[in-house]
Amino acid sequence: MIRLDRRPEPSRAWTIATPFVAVALTMVAGGLMFALLGKDPVEAIRTIFWDPLFGDFASYSRPQLLVKAGPLILIAIGLSLGFRAGIWNIGAEGQYILGAICAAATGLAIYPAETWIVFPAMIVAGALGGLLWAMIPALLKVRFGTNEVLVSLMLVYVAEALLASMSLGLLRNPEGMGFPGSRNLAQYPSAANLDLIPGTGLHWGVALAFAAVIVGQVVMTRHQLGFRVRLAGQSPRAAVFGGVNPGWLVVVCMGISGGLAGLAGMFEVAGPAGRLSIDFNVGYGFTAIIVAFLGRLNPIGILLAGLLMALTYIGGELAQLQMNLPLAAIQMFQGMLLFFLLAVDLLTNFSIRFGRRVAA
Amino acid sequence: MTFKTVLLGATAAMGLATGAMAQDDKTKVGFIYVGPIGDLGWSYQHDQGRLAVEEEYGDKVETVYVESVPEGPDAERVLTQMALQGADLIFTTSFGFMEPTMNVAAKFPDVKFEHATGYQRADNVSTYSARFYEGRAVQGLIAGEMTESNIIGYIGSYPIPEVIRGINAAYIQAKKVNPEVEFRVVWAYTWFDPAKEAEAAKALIDAGADVILQHTDSTAPQAAAQEAGDVITFGQASDMLDYAPEPRVSSIIDNWNQYYVDRVGAVLDGSWESTDTWGGIDSGMVEIGEITEAVPAEVKEAALALKDAIAAGETHPFTGPINKQDGSEWLAEGEVADDETLLGMNFYVEGIEGDIPQ
Repeated sequence: MIRLDRRPEPSRAWTIATPFVAVALTMVAGGLMFALLGKDPVEAIRTIFWDPLFGDFASYSRPQLLVKAGPLILIAIGLSLGFRAGIWNIGAEGQYILGAICAAATGLAIYPAETWIVFPAMIVAGALGGLLWAMIPALLKVRFGTNEVLVSLMLVYVAEALLASMSLGLLRNPEGMGFPGSRNLAQYPSAANLDLIPGTGLHWGVALAFAAVIVGQVVMTRHQLGFRVRLAGQSPRAAVFGGVNPGWLVVVCMGISGGLAGLAGMFEVAGPAGRLSIDFNVGYGFTAIIVAFLGRLNPIGILLAGLLMALTYIGGELAQLQMNLPLAAIQMFQGMLLFFLLAVDLLTNFSIRFGRRVAA
Repeated sequence: MTFKTVLLGATAAMGLATGAMAQDDKTKVGFIYVGPIGDLGWSYQHDQGRLAVEEEYGDKVETVYVESVPEGPDAERVLTQMALQGADLIFTTSFGFMEPTMNVAAKFPDVKFEHATGYQRADNVSTYSARFYEGRAVQGLIAGEMTESNIIGYIGSYPIPEVIRGINAAYIQAKKVNPEVEFRVVWAYTWFDPAKEAEAAKALIDAGADVILQHTDSTAPQAAAQEAGDVITFGQASDMLDYAPEPRVSSIIDNWNQYYVDRVGAVLDGSWESTDTWGGIDSGMVEIGEITEAVPAEVKEAALALKDAIAAGETHPFTGPINKQDGSEWLAEGEVADDETLLGMNFYVEGIEGDIPQ
């Protein structure tokens, strides 16, 4: 007989081991699935995990990993702060869109003047756009007690409608032959978010994502804000007695996560994407939620999780290309990763005992 | 594999340009699709073209594809990977792939690209599209004859010239056979999203539409119409025969097979050049799917006659007199629209209500 006993405290060893065990289990189960599809499982796993890093064309795909992981990490760091305090910002996708819209609008307002002020102004606009969009669910929660999950999620769809309207109207490229979409900011030198060192994929957004990991780690472990966040997450009542104002915490956590999501949108629209278009957003804001949990809501963990997620995307494309694997199989594989993570997570809080319970 | 040696020691930037020259005895043909190949619409038809290429050339070619690629930086990455892996010819099958195609084509001058429905070309980038509006005219005729509520619903994808052209072509024919007809256009802002498409179809049916035309790629509107009953639809991009004889009464089928076979053949024999192709019913690129028995015989006959006349060049769906929505004259009596205006069409013709989003 198998029993689960709740651990008095979450196991530290398992907290660190779970992601690795989950990845290993995913490889086994995924390999089985690939074998059932008639593909060589070892080759499939190697294509997904190995080729983007060390394959024939890794000199191209390694920088791409950073480009793909950058926004995920940046958004997930912000989200993790709130998640640890029990504040659920599900609408990072919308804040990401608003950041991109505000930044693009700022850049295009100054276009075509070439001055150093453009890029910093776009950064401020992007951060503010995301922050203010996040303030809507935050203030509604503080003032009227609304559910931030619902409000922030619904605002994603509002943001998408706004994005479509901007791409078709106000920010449409006047030289675009009547097609939707803004001018290409990547071709406007003062606004372009290019690689800091050409060919590395390391643009300002990626650099900021790394910085956010470090700052996030310091805040969570050393700063008073981190203490309050952890306290509120573990015991809201104790936090109130400890002098934490719950409303203040909601505003701060939503503000930080919204601002970072807005920044991610800004760096994406000024760089890799280049232009605002109707389907500019490809789900980074939602994927970042997975990344945050995959990384155990821990900044270093999020860094690794973001890179892993990017790896499965790029490796997944390679597997489609080289092995003719259907996209659905790749998505199943990504889903398995999350499934096993949550399943193995059980071991952090519970220990497994075999045999009958001994009468006490 | 010889790819390895090619890139060895090359810097990232220089490696990009040389990777394409990797030697392989088979000609490698890549395809990127905006939707899943199982959409049973747009991407499905392109994939049928890929299979036709395999069938035609067998061992001489190898085809690869990536499906559901978002239009943007992801597309650029996928295209670069394809080129690096030695693709000789790449078909980029959605309008939104235009900029990524141009960017990657500039980095790989030896790889040939074929971009569907766009307008930018280069020495190694061709464009191709089909005159879907010819099929739309035939649909418009059937729709105008069949509607009883005189309200025809139209699910638009994005307000780009290709889609607007289709709405206008259908409206002009519908109005000709039924002066009472009204068009209601809903913009879904997606090429493929069954949930959104079904929602749009239901909204149109609720608004009284008993005919639904769609410019999106899934069969969800067909299913919604079937559920509502007494609503007819048309297959889009693919035949969508599963929904025949009703609600689907006919369809526009995009047949890329011959074009793809020809273009791959041109690469094989070295005669490939950058071209701009816009094929219609006459070229076989646009087919009208079987008109079912739900349509009265005389309507079917009229529709087929229109199709034949368009194919023979005897009539053009945009023949004057036609005014723009604001009442200003576009085409005088007997005047035929030129391709340039059609390619950039950004206005409704007179009689269509509502505004094109901007």
